[in-house]
Amino acid sequence: MERLLIILLSVVLINNFILSRFLGLCPFLGVSKEFKSSLSMGAAVIFVMALASICTWFINRYLLVPYHVEFLQTIVFILVIAALVQFVEMVIHKLSPLLQRALGIYLPLITTNCAVLGVCLLNVKENYNLLETIVHGVGGGVGFTMAILIMAGIRERLILGRVPASLQGFPISFIVSCLLALSFYGFQGFFAH
Amino acid sequence: MGFYGEFLKGIWRENPTFRIVLGICPTLAISTSVINGVGMGLAATFVLLGSNVFISLVRNMIPDKIRIPAFIVVISTFVTIVDLAMAAFTPELHKALGIFIPLIVVNCIILGRAEAFACKATVWMSVADALGMGAGFTLALSLISAIRELLGNGTLLGLHIMPSAYVPAVIMILPPGAFLTIGPLLGFFNYLSKKRAK
Repeated sequence: MERLLIILLSVVLINNFILSRFLGLCPFLGVSKEFKSSLSMGAAVIFVMALASICTWFINRYLLVPYHVEFLQTIVFILVIAALVQFVEMVIHKLSPLLQRALGIYLPLITTNCAVLGVCLLNVKENYNLLETIVHGVGGGVGFTMAILIMAGIRERLILGRVPASLQGFPISFIVSCLLALSFYGFQGFFAH
Repeated sequence: MGFYGEFLKGIWRENPTFRIVLGICPTLAISTSVINGVGMGLAATFVLLGSNVFISLVRNMIPDKIRIPAFIVVISTFVTIVDLAMAAFTPELHKALGIFIPLIVVNCIILGRAEAFACKATVWMSVADALGMGAGFTLALSLISAIRELLGNGTLLGLHIMPSAYVPAVIMILPPGAFLTIGPLLGFFNYLSKKRAK
């Protein structure tokens, strides 16, 4: 139990996927213009990351390892994620038009989100069991959502500020992310003692 | 545009990092030292070259509807080759780059070039495009990692450059330093290209 809590807190706060591991920066910078769309993106990412973690864990444990084909990991994982995203999209389309409208365009974007493939690879690298994998996947998504929401809140205010012309867009977003990463860096060493 | 033109556009006018802002995750994550930066750049260049040539060769055979999954399979095959080769020949670099080698698969530069260029162009032109984009990516990575290594560690390629009185600003090789380097750099390149346009 203690181990699960440590995994959860460290993936949300200390090794945040965006601010300290640099995974999933494209959607982080691309979608964080508005608070509302960031929330939808975050929800979609949590969902897919948890699901992808579970699927790839089973595939790795019961297909790749028994047949000694671990070198196919990258190919298999990315195909599983792509198929999974497509499948989730179809299911949501059939079951809940409301959810479809909220997540809609964000789901396909997630296929090439390196945070999703990253979490699956990290699960294998850290040798997590199923429960730890789920916690790690969900926690990673929550950390992503938290970072993108904070960023969206700041960027909504930033429109009102006077940013020099050459710094508008990406450059100022990076500088804001630097300050965010700096403050999150304060969590480092949380579990050292 | 000839071979040379296609090659040069990747280095400046359509530089993947500074002009189009693609493939940012590996750029920021591994640019803590010049060796890592160049290693990552070369690995990505190899994958880019392989996937561009292969996709350009089979471009008329891939049905339009399933082209993205097909591209991903081709790209991940080349990534696996690089991954295994680096584990065998440069184990230290392989360890330092960690999961960012398999993550070349989802590097938007490579899928982007396959989709925007290689599936429409001849093999020869795709080679030029891959080499140019790869060189642009490697140069950008070298620049960012050189700045970070110099300020954060006082060294370049492991050699001490800064005077001994210089106290390294460790923050530059920590995660926040990556954002701090690329933000102003992008702003500077924006400024340069705006000035050129005038």
